[in-house]
Amino acid sequence: MTESKVVLHFPPHLVDKPLIYKLSRDFDLEFNILKASVTPQEEGILVLELKGDDDNFQHAIAYLKENGVDVQALTQDINLNYELCIHCGLCVPICPVSALVKDGETDEVKFVKEKCIACELCGKVCPYNAIEVSLNA
Amino acid sequence: MTKTIQEINEKIKKGQAVVVTAEEMIEIVRKKGEKQAAKEVDVVTTGTFGPMCSSGAYINIGHAKPKIKLGGGEVYINGVEVYAGFAAVDIYIGASSLPPDDPRNKIYPGEFRYGGGHVIEELVAGKDLVLTATAYGTDCYPRKELRTLINIRDLNEAVLFNPRNCYQNYNVAVNLSDRIIYTYMGTLKPKLGNANYCSAGQLSPLLNDPYYKTIGIGTRIFLGGGTGYIAWWGTQHNPGVERSENGVPLSPAGTLAVIGDLKQMKPEWLRGTSMLGYGVTLTVGIGIPIPVLSEEIAYYTSVKDEEIYTQIVDYSKPYPQGISESLGQVNYAQLRSGKIRISNKEVPTGSLSSYVKAREIANILKEWIKQGKFLLTEPVAKLPQAESDYKFKPLKIREV
Ligand code: SF4
Ligand code: SF4
Repeated sequence: MTESKVVLHFPPHLVDKPLIYKLSRDFDLEFNILKASVTPQEEGILVLELKGDDDNFQHAIAYLKENGVDVQALTQDINLNYELCIHCGLCVPICPVSALVKDGETDEVKFVKEKCIACELCGKVCPYNAIEVSLNA
Repeated sequence: MTKTIQEINEKIKKGQAVVVTAEEMIEIVRKKGEKQAAKEVDVVTTGTFGPMCSSGAYINIGHAKPKIKLGGGEVYINGVEVYAGFAAVDIYIGASSLPPDDPRNKIYPGEFRYGGGHVIEELVAGKDLVLTATAYGTDCYPRKELRTLINIRDLNEAVLFNPRNCYQNYNVAVNLSDRIIYTYMGTLKPKLGNANYCSAGQLSPLLNDPYYKTIGIGTRIFLGGGTGYIAWWGTQHNPGVERSENGVPLSPAGTLAVIGDLKQMKPEWLRGTSMLGYGVTLTVGIGIPIPVLSEEIAYYTSVKDEEIYTQIVDYSKPYPQGISESLGQVNYAQLRSGKIRISNKEVPTGSLSSYVKAREIANILKEWIKQGKFLLTEPVAKLPQAESDYKFKPLKIREV
């Protein structure tokens, strides 16, 4: 049994194809749509929670890829909105990997995206909603 | 060398006043000494931007046709309960008020994403807000229900009036227990996982005038991006605490009650604030000018982070139980460095108050004064002084 959250990117020509329908009909997967959107470039983004037999799961992913769908495991995308941030630094000691740091000279708080493991702890702690969590691959 | 506020105001009007921020004053006094600094500098500007729960705004919404008496009724703005125990159309929006259906800490820790602080921020931002009210109806005020959009530009008065802001020094909060705790000082990780503080230190208004020699009732100030005044001393004003040799209190001491026209203020300097597991509050921008009337004032305004000490307090047990107990003291230079040592453990620090924004406020106020847009005021009365016996008392619970 495999259970996993995935992010699917559909190129514009695939947006109206019934690919997801096949996941349940041909591969017997249970799915839950967590997020669905179409970007301004007409690319479709679908975040799914998939559950099913290991083999079927692998075949389903292969099927999607063969059809031109880009498949990635879900990770949260974290961003610091500098418009909302007041540089208090409350989040700094909360981050487990020092991805939020205070500049010793300017006292400004900086977000080092490369270090972030998307644990979302800072998002809960920030009093000003300055940490933005988006579902992205 | 002494000056009067009147003389300084004359210079401000002519565009000749020398105005520096409290940060800049440190360097000036270090290089030239207090004597020379007092001669050269006329005004030192200070600033602070931190969460201040005892904040709120009263508004007068005007009379509807037919009229309604909100006093004694129930009123909500964007679902947040506001206080209506006044006359027909005066209401007070408290910063920490919540919508009745907010789960609070039932889902622990509560997120408190919207409350009075956010209503005030949105009102100042010029947004339309939904006001709903129910009243009991009288012969002179027959209407019993009201549902309308309101906007700050249509209100008669909109006044920020905060009973306690601008704490002179504050505790450093830590957690010695082995579970995470959620406090008004932020999230505190177990076993000294972090240490949170809340003061702009060397930029903070009352730390630059420790004995309230120039700051008093009636002092004109920067408040929320507009002009305001010190209305009174703040609640819990406690001037008699122990002080260092430089006069700076070693624990929370003086406080201010402030007032000002909300219509002039800016949402950037009045921010609705959500403290995880604690509640909603308002982060308020305050800047106070200090006239350098003498060498003594020059000395006080040159205070630096290294010379301002505060107490480390355990918020897991002693604080909630009302037991005052310090784990030791640290200064703001140590706190701002990002880590302090507590019983041989290196503890990372976090701040609630924004030093960056405090500096910005001190600079804005400096510009206002330099451009002649802001004149200084003589206080009309003093705040209760350090040597008075005025103090902050606990509540003694008495049998009913
Ligand atoms: S807690 Fe929020 S406002 Fe404060 S520094 Fe971190 S992201 Fe910025
Ligand atoms: S999401 Fe987690 S790892 Fe990323 S910055 Fe926030 S606290 Fe640090």
